[in-house]
Amino acid sequence: MADSALRRGREPALFKSENLIYPALAFLLIFFVLPLVWFFVKSALDYDGSFALKLYQTFTSGLFMVVAWKTVWISLLVTALALLAAYPIAYTMSRAGPGTFTLAIICVIVPYFTSIIVRTYSWMIILGTNGIINRFLMFTGLTHKPVALLYNTVGVAIGMTYVLLPYYVLTLYSTMKSIDSWLMQAGRGMGASNFYAFRKIFLPLSMPGVISGFLIVYILAVGFFITPALMGGPENVMMAMLIQRNIEITMDWPLASALSLFLLVITLAIYAFYCKYTDLEKMLGR
Amino acid sequence: MSGRIKFVNIISAILCIILIAPILIVVVVSFGKNRYMAFPPSAWSVKWYLDFFSSSDWMSSLAISLVIGLVSSLISTTLGFLGAYSLSRGKYGNKKLLISFCLLPLIIPSVITSVALYFVSVPLGLVGSKLWIAVCHSTLSVPIVLLILISSLQGVDESVERAAHSLGASKIYTFTRIVIPLAAPGILSAAFFSFLTSFDELIISLFLSGVSSQTLPVRIWNSLLMDMEPVIAAISSFLIFVTIALLMLELAVRKLRA
Repeated sequence: MADSALRRGREPALFKSENLIYPALAFLLIFFVLPLVWFFVKSALDYDGSFALKLYQTFTSGLFMVVAWKTVWISLLVTALALLAAYPIAYTMSRAGPGTFTLAIICVIVPYFTSIIVRTYSWMIILGTNGIINRFLMFTGLTHKPVALLYNTVGVAIGMTYVLLPYYVLTLYSTMKSIDSWLMQAGRGMGASNFYAFRKIFLPLSMPGVISGFLIVYILAVGFFITPALMGGPENVMMAMLIQRNIEITMDWPLASALSLFLLVITLAIYAFYCKYTDLEKMLGR
Repeated sequence: MSGRIKFVNIISAILCIILIAPILIVVVVSFGKNRYMAFPPSAWSVKWYLDFFSSSDWMSSLAISLVIGLVSSLISTTLGFLGAYSLSRGKYGNKKLLISFCLLPLIIPSVITSVALYFVSVPLGLVGSKLWIAVCHSTLSVPIVLLILISSLQGVDESVERAAHSLGASKIYTFTRIVIPLAAPGILSAAFFSFLTSFDELIISLFLSGVSSQTLPVRIWNSLLMDMEPVIAAISSFLIFVTIALLMLELAVRKLRA
């Protein structure tokens, strides 16, 4: 054994546990926070004219109102749909034996880790005019010509719900697995019906998962870009797409920064609420 | 409990099938001969895979994505490991605030981050630089590494480190001989997932790639916007195989430890 390595001697303060966070912290400050701050400050300073006026004009323009409203409500819709689908899956997973659990977790984890663009593409195949849904509908005679399921709100809603579903399942599952199943048993033993026991015992205990899942999925939904851009039609422009187009097509930095500011404020407000509501340290296993 | 199958479990089974079906459908379609991606395909072929692997454009994008993914994984696993060690062992005044801050890159919409990064990259001449894209991807994967390693380091018994320390081992020695070997499975899965994060990342790459450094997702994106070439099914399946392989490898590493 190397003798020198075992000599404790002077322990540099550099290696104190508390200080080891600094490289990561510095990295995030330089390559993440600084560009964001620089972008907002510089595009406001460079704007010849009053940036406050620009903000005012942006936020009162008809296009902004339409896009902001659509972003807010479609995010609400897909978050609600994701909750409806995630709840039973997470419930089954939290009560299942190891075999069923493994099958279910594979169905959740594989899409979760598959690239968003691949997941979106798969629904473009399924929902297209030659896709299985339309072929099935025509085969059964329910319709004679293909139904438009893609490049409209239906496509966006299906695609976004699908992409966001695994996040919600995993959040709900981590709450539900800690609910003691004896509580439900005890409730039933005292004469409660299955549904009554669920409504009075399990549902209230699962609410923290429902709420933190709702917040996190909603945050992801309002900033969504890939899925609505590929599966939506001209009427499905969301805020993130509007920002990207303003840069790619017109290079209108002040407008892009005004729009980004709006999206950033919404996101940070919900995130602040999420952090207050969710015990992050507990989430990490403390 | 009664033996009858519960209604909720049937619903869950159907939903699980809906979750996995699109992934399976892409893989099946990719082996079809038909140009129009019919499901089920009427005839089988590996033509689209041959197209993918013989196209120099696609192969150069694959190579670019691999290089960027590896560099980014190296950066974020190193920084994230030190950070996670610090967060799981250190004593802070406001640890919650610190963790909330570190998770911000995952929370703030990628489009905003990307526009901001693009805004600083243009005057600095960094658009198209692969190293720069890897660095920018790392802002997303550092939080992921932190999440994975904080929980895995909590599974590493702190008393072993204290024992080593009281026997006279220096901090670096304890680190390289005790902490890293014990946390190795966690470090490896952090490296896998940070690689995957970068390998699959689209939005930052879309803004920063320029013409010279188009990653695989960027090229897929361009193709999907234009004409949805059938080769995309084969490439998507390839990405699915990579994901599944990494997930299985991660599982194997964890099993090995247990």
